[in-house]
Amino acid sequence: MRNFHEARWDEPVIFKLSRKGERGILVPKIEAEIEREVGDVFSGLPDFMVRKILPVLPEISQMRVLKHYLRLSQENLGADLNVDIGQGTCTMKYSPKVNEMFVSNPRAADIHPYQDVSTIQGTLEIIYRLDLMLREISGMDRFSFQPGSGSQAIFAMASIIRSYFMSKGEERDEIITTIFSHPSDAAAPAVKGFKIVTIYPDKNGIPDIEALKAAVSSRTAGLIVANPEDTGIFNPRIKEFTRIVHEAGGLCAYDQANANGLLGIARARESGFDMCFFNLHKTFSTPHGSGGPACGALGVREELIRFLPVPIVEKGENSYYLNYDLPDTIGKVREFHGVFPAVLRAYSWIMALGAEGLKEVAQVAVLNNNYIMNKVLKIRGAGISFPETRERVEQVRYSWSKLTEETGVTSEDIIRRMADFGFHLWTSHHPYIIPQPFTIEPTESYSKDELDEYVDTLKHIAEEAYRDPELVKNAPYNSVVHKIDRPEDFDDPKKWAITWRAYLKKRGEDHKDTN
Amino acid sequence: MKKIGLIVNPIAGMGGAVGLKGTDGEEILRRARDLGAIPGSPEKARRALRRITSIKDSVEILTCSGMMGEDEARDESFSLNVVCETGKFTTSSDTKNCAKIMLDEGVDLLIFVGGDGTARDICEIVGERITVLGVPAGVKMYSSCFGITPEASGDLALFYLSGERRDTSLAEVLDVDETMFRKGILSTRLYCYLKIPSGGHLVQNAKASSRPESEKAQREAIAEQVIESLEAGHYYIVGPGTTTKEILKRLGFETNVLGVDILHKKKDGKIELIGSDLNEESIQNVIAKEESGAVHLIVTPLGGQGFILGRGNQQLSSRILEMVGKEGIIIVATESKITSIPHNSLLIDSGNPETDRKLSGYYRIITGYHLFSILEAKSWH
Amino acid sequence: MEEAHPYIPNSAPDVKKEMLEAIGVKSIDDLYKQIPEEIRLKGRLNLPEPLTSELELRNHVLSILNKNADPGDYKSFLGGGCWNHYVPAICDEINHRSEFLTAYAGDPYEDNGRFQALFEYESLMGELLDMDVVSVPTFSWGQSAAMSLRMASRITGRREAIVPDVMSRERFLLIKNYCEPSMKIRTVKHDRETGMIDLEDLRNKISGDTAAVYFENPAYLGFIETGGKEISEISHEKGGMVVVGVDPISLGVLSPPGHYGADIVCGELQSLGIHQHFGGGLGGFISSRDDEKIVMEYPLRLFGTTKNSRGEQVFGDVAYERTSFAKREGGKDFVGTMAALWGITAGVYLALMGPKGMNEIGKLIMQRSRYAMKKMGEIPGVTLPFSRSPHFKEFVVNFDRTGKRVKEINRRLLKDKIFGGLDLSEVFPENGQSALFSINETHTYQDIGFLVERLREAVS
Repeated sequence: MRNFHEARWDEPVIFKLSRKGERGILVPKIEAEIEREVGDVFSGLPDFMVRKILPVLPEISQMRVLKHYLRLSQENLGADLNVDIGQGTCTMKYSPKVNEMFVSNPRAADIHPYQDVSTIQGTLEIIYRLDLMLREISGMDRFSFQPGSGSQAIFAMASIIRSYFMSKGEERDEIITTIFSHPSDAAAPAVKGFKIVTIYPDKNGIPDIEALKAAVSSRTAGLIVANPEDTGIFNPRIKEFTRIVHEAGGLCAYDQANANGLLGIARARESGFDMCFFNLHKTFSTPHGSGGPACGALGVREELIRFLPVPIVEKGENSYYLNYDLPDTIGKVREFHGVFPAVLRAYSWIMALGAEGLKEVAQVAVLNNNYIMNKVLKIRGAGISFPETRERVEQVRYSWSKLTEETGVTSEDIIRRMADFGFHLWTSHHPYIIPQPFTIEPTESYSKDELDEYVDTLKHIAEEAYRDPELVKNAPYNSVVHKIDRPEDFDDPKKWAITWRAYLKKRGEDHKDTN
Repeated sequence: MKKIGLIVNPIAGMGGAVGLKGTDGEEILRRARDLGAIPGSPEKARRALRRITSIKDSVEILTCSGMMGEDEARDESFSLNVVCETGKFTTSSDTKNCAKIMLDEGVDLLIFVGGDGTARDICEIVGERITVLGVPAGVKMYSSCFGITPEASGDLALFYLSGERRDTSLAEVLDVDETMFRKGILSTRLYCYLKIPSGGHLVQNAKASSRPESEKAQREAIAEQVIESLEAGHYYIVGPGTTTKEILKRLGFETNVLGVDILHKKKDGKIELIGSDLNEESIQNVIAKEESGAVHLIVTPLGGQGFILGRGNQQLSSRILEMVGKEGIIIVATESKITSIPHNSLLIDSGNPETDRKLSGYYRIITGYHLFSILEAKSWH
Repeated sequence: MEEAHPYIPNSAPDVKKEMLEAIGVKSIDDLYKQIPEEIRLKGRLNLPEPLTSELELRNHVLSILNKNADPGDYKSFLGGGCWNHYVPAICDEINHRSEFLTAYAGDPYEDNGRFQALFEYESLMGELLDMDVVSVPTFSWGQSAAMSLRMASRITGRREAIVPDVMSRERFLLIKNYCEPSMKIRTVKHDRETGMIDLEDLRNKISGDTAAVYFENPAYLGFIETGGKEISEISHEKGGMVVVGVDPISLGVLSPPGHYGADIVCGELQSLGIHQHFGGGLGGFISSRDDEKIVMEYPLRLFGTTKNSRGEQVFGDVAYERTSFAKREGGKDFVGTMAALWGITAGVYLALMGPKGMNEIGKLIMQRSRYAMKKMGEIPGVTLPFSRSPHFKEFVVNFDRTGKRVKEINRRLLKDKIFGGLDLSEVFPENGQSALFSINETHTYQDIGFLVERLREAVS
């Protein structure tokens, strides 16, 4: 076992580093000529609009600020630092560093979204080229990169569906989804006013087609599903699903946030979808940024192009331009154009791989997944969701329920113990349909030895659970902090502290116990 | 000084280990012992108690003599007070006597170690008057008043007693037909409700949310959705359960959670409570003259098995069900209830196989405001 | 693939073979049995030939990026929701750190750094905004405004929101798409002289169904909305809430909206140490006082702190499962990946700047933009429609009297390597041929002089 210990700096919250008078960075002084001419710029303002008491920000010199944040970064396990296969569904793959060079290049980073198009032909070309590539990869006819995440892409799809039926004068207000698709497949359309009808899986873990037939009606506006789902199970009857919904008059939208096992193998088009989206920060390697910024690349078939958010990039005779003239556009889901750094990295990643490379990515991701599954299922106490169905694509949802029953150690306990070895492990979204869940998605980025290291550690901890459950239950020991054993502090309005100032007011800095 | 009541059913679970289904009844117990079954619940009791040793000094355990609690509490060095005596072979009446004493003593939390049978005995005596929590040790544990493991029960008790989490919620106690059960036929009936500390994922069958407000919010949302779709001139028979009764609550009516009531939305839009806690005949009298299509039945799955209509629903006879028909049945359920049902499949057991068949099929379940799930209801045969 | 690809370790043939043997499968095709033939892609994807060597890849991508003008060669006066403020080196240093850049959704143990950094961001913003609750970042100002309006709707149980007719068009469209159909968005007129909200019109439009009044400060067109107190009174009187969107770089000199009645404050993070990235540098925030009723309606994560029993400072999600039921709303929006890295960056920026830095930069921006306004107003034919009002950073310039259109003028300026102001003529036609100029700490006295000189020529 790796004798790991995460950096533990015991670094105070930044306000405690403040020393009156210290400066972190200085601002240019106003030129005398300007000062003379403008006089007191605050004189035109009513008194209450002028800030009298300066914000109580900390005063810290430059190197100390740098040190503080670098220390915090050492207390963080980015994908680059660990075998990040335990964050299932998040597709934590390698983000090639060469792409960071492009993103920080001033010709990418310091461009204003409204610059004259003649000065941004490079940017527009990259966007257009990625559009073409994703069209090919998905079989869709046009892409927008405006949504800043998968959830925002789903929201855009729901907006398009709504506009589509309004334009046809049809009153349809129901979206059908499945329980193992991402929760946003239900939540985002609900924001748009849709009623949500959820289908559960049959005993094989595949969405129940009879249930779908019972769900469709003249009120069905669309189907929004992932395939494979979070369990890793692929619905082989997906084409029938989309046919059923089309027959009922609805549209079909594909949540392909994670397409990592299917690149070059199967596409949205052939499965019968009218729309799809990819998370560039999952399958297409752009880094997750601790939670964004990111991009949910949204693709649609020809007849839906007119509803896309504006602008989209078009190629003219000699140059690229921005088209704001989509007749039935839903308007905007985000200001300006989306997250260009994500688009740039995704483009470069695809160029580094090509068609063969993309297929290799998918195939090795699936190979790695099956390899892991084979090993995990040999661990005492570990089980799999829907044991009858062994075929999984790029990830698997497992269950510790047997281990929990026999030892009292839960999935959440094991997650904390994994931190002691430098790993993440993730359960699932709520609600936990599969009891004591854990989801592993290896992607194509880790070597066999690394995969072995991960599973061996899991095995080791499972054995600890049988031998000495208390050890696992009270983990972690080698992480940045020890067990958070007062979780109710985060739920109690009298105790919760979302800012340091609130914390000082409510708890006082030196509180030891519950006060 | 907090007072914990502790009742251990030392024979709970003994049948299961040797392939018998439960240990209710002396005959079965003797057979179990002959087959070499040893009591497992004392160890489970100790596992749970170990989780609360950190507050040992501020609690006192009131318990029963010998293996019904005294031994286990002593083993874990708690200060204890034996408030009731039992004989060598413990029975259901011992459980009830002890429960009565603890109710009178006004314990802050009554912890019992056992299965559904023990839960039923305790519920019969204390009802919802004190907070109770089950440590799982039985074979039959379809009730939702147990922690998912003995440790989880201990943790939950710790939070509750140390004042961290004072919220409680109602948990179903199911009565399982023993004779049928031993024949391999599962027939459950909602017996009563116990008040347990809320603990989300620590509690069996409550996998969705950790806040009691989430469950309540879901029920309110469901109620709102139902109320919105009530049709003028129609009748609505409302079956037992906290989710169905939330509808009545929202309309301003308080009724027995275990009973069957009838709502009527008049032509002018006003909604009335026609009758509550009705028996089969009264229900029949109300609806007999109505057109089919104007009578609905609102039910929710009870217990951990997914029965929307079970043998226990004496009031909902075949003739009433036939009148309502499949189209007239409105099923409501919170998401956590659905996820707790094996294979997410609902079961129907009206007592009449023909009726069961007619009512089988897919239903659109109301799970929230504008939220639905499609589930299949099967005849349990 | 004959050769292993650097990004795919197990594409090396020997290892692949070993793994297939370990699972007892002949080829990877066997692992795809469940995907039916009829939906499989026939043949291979038609994509450009890959550049597998990093050297060639780099040259290729750079060759495309080089088709962009070098921003270093140009002087840009563009703003309108995305600005070319100075980005301190340390901000870039921190958000390039792989530990933050490639992290995602780990727990507050092994990812403690991320939780602390984001909690500190919330806290630093809290001081700037003088609020006790600040959310983890969302996508952008527009998104934060839309979410804040929905919050107000849930809290008050009402369906309408009133927004200024001269607010950012981009944000307006976003709010409309996001809030409809569950809410109704109405606009209130502005005063032709000052640009500010017409209080009379507001009084007419406000009703018992108004969940909130929203306005921006500084306004999109650059003037400072000084009617904040009255606007708040009007809304509160009718039981509505007040939501204000701010550009936080102004808060070292301007009062935070909570001081003039705002219940919820939202806004843009991009001005705090983040590059423009063609609009990709946006980040939004939502903040409020620490009132349980409001906190429970936040549609974003809230990181908080406490101590564990060892006395260690720990972090985690506050009220993670915020559920409450309000009939009009299906739920609390959707949570997911948004703009965390920009939040961390904004925190670094505020830590570097400190109270004096924020005050100095605010004053500097006001002085420079006031100077630019003055000088441009001296150009014959050029007028400043809202010059009576105090401004921050941006201002509207009208060219009607020059007889020239903004497009022409900007084309002329482009030849001089100047990006002129944002063309408002299509978005706000009632303002004629107008443009929005943005002046900040990166525009020197010489830069402004240069602009004015070139503009003078362009309009003559």
